[in-house]
Amino acid sequence: MRYMFLIYSQERPEPLTQQEAETIMNGHWAVMQDAQQKGILLGVDKLKPTSTATTVRVTGGSALTTDGPFAETKEQLAGYYMLECKDLDDAIEWAKRIPTGCIGAEGGIEIRPIHELSRRP
Amino acid sequence: MDAGAAVEAVFRQESGRIVATLIRISGSFDRAEEAMQEAFAAALAAWPANGIPQNPAAWITTAAHRKLIDQSRREKTQREKQDSLQYETPAFRPPDDLEFDDPAMHFPDDRLRLIFTCCHPALNPEGQVALTLRTLGGLTTTEIARAFLLPEPTLAQRLVRAKRKIQEAGIAYEIPPAARLPERLTSVQAVIYLIFNAGYTAGSGRQLLRLDLCAEAIRLARLLDELLPGDPENLGLLALMLLHDSRRQARVSDSQLVTLEDQDRSLWDQAEISEGLRLVETALRLRPLGPYQVQAAIAAVHAQAKTAGETDWNEIAALYARLFEFNHSPVIALNHAVAIAMSAGFEEGLRRINAIGATGELDGYYLLHGSRADILRRMNRFEEAAEAYRRALALTTNQVEHDFLSRRLRMCEK
Repeated sequence: MRYMFLIYSQERPEPLTQQEAETIMNGHWAVMQDAQQKGILLGVDKLKPTSTATTVRVTGGSALTTDGPFAETKEQLAGYYMLECKDLDDAIEWAKRIPTGCIGAEGGIEIRPIHELSRRP
Repeated sequence: MDAGAAVEAVFRQESGRIVATLIRISGSFDRAEEAMQEAFAAALAAWPANGIPQNPAAWITTAAHRKLIDQSRREKTQREKQDSLQYETPAFRPPDDLEFDDPAMHFPDDRLRLIFTCCHPALNPEGQVALTLRTLGGLTTTEIARAFLLPEPTLAQRLVRAKRKIQEAGIAYEIPPAARLPERLTSVQAVIYLIFNAGYTAGSGRQLLRLDLCAEAIRLARLLDELLPGDPENLGLLALMLLHDSRRQARVSDSQLVTLEDQDRSLWDQAEISEGLRLVETALRLRPLGPYQVQAAIAAVHAQAKTAGETDWNEIAALYARLFEFNHSPVIALNHAVAIAMSAGFEEGLRRINAIGATGELDGYYLLHGSRADILRRMNRFEEAAEAYRRALALTTNQVEHDFLSRRLRMCEK
């Protein structure tokens, strides 16, 4: 099954120290390499901060474009992984290894199974 | 025994085992339940005429298995006819080939898989409880809803949500590997204890029609101990529940709560106590030590006291201190302080309770004020006690607790 791992973390205005950034990057490298070697890495990216976000809402055919993230929350979406996992337990084990302090304070990972829409031959 | 009673007995004793196997084979809770229900219906029709089979559970399992095969064939044909877009749930797709004869004979016991799946921490606790009672406990939705004083549709909805999450999030139907077992076992134990406590707080004897959740929890704990023999915390949990349950007749009198101190100890269930004590003794010798073992040990100290006055409060205080090491909860600290008050002295106990109160963490917890009031009452400081009882009263919604506190308050106001 494909799972999406949404990394939620608390943005802080001041950038990470070099040491913090290195620790986190090393954590991500380890996960990425391992997942790559096992052939289950389907995607991974870090997102730019919410200050760069734009939200577009289309209602009744007209679009409203606003500055900022979709919802103002305490923790923000900082990045994602997409992995092919055997089952949820397998996914939970991967989630435990993904660093979450990418943009400031440590947060959490939301695991969402991908809704597969497949065409039968 | 007549056939109808035999069917009912098999359902009560074996449905958990049967449904666990059928879920593994079919890959679906719903299909398994449906097939099992059909098989029991078939038994009700066949047994009165043909006699009760030698191994009724195997008969049911085989009959249900055939129904699954039929169903799977029907769906396969239907699927081949369809060429439209189709949703899939890969983790739980039933195997295309359901062609072996007697599934019950091939696998020892699927109930462990079922327990771990029902109590998966990715399900919410209400869902875990409902699904465990429904599948392993073999209870109807109506029975469970009534036991929890919930409308039936609410309970049914919880079951649907939990089953859907299992299917769609890909929760495996497996016994966790050794490395994850302790963590997952904690979740199973928590569900069983939750069921027990729901029965225990509700158990005032008023609801004669209600299912006995305490007995169900004890039954599940026995099953867990049977399937994973020798786990120290499983034993601790079973012992703890037996020892608490032993006081059920004495806890309530005329719908009034009776404190441990005032209980008529001759009403305590001696069979449960002796089994509980035996289990505690075994469990305490095993390592690692966990919170259920220690709580069972506390219950055992109470159970061994012939009168309230003979209670070994020093031992209880020491055990609460140990319990606090596992879980730095202010509620445990409060219980520890009460035990100190009863052993080392009221002054010291009160000092500790006040210190816990000063943190503000337990401001909304009626037992903080209730315990404080109780110690003040014992110290003959009735005005302060009355004030604390009033604060406790303002925080409880439970009628039995409310009545108890009101009576104590009136004693202090005289």
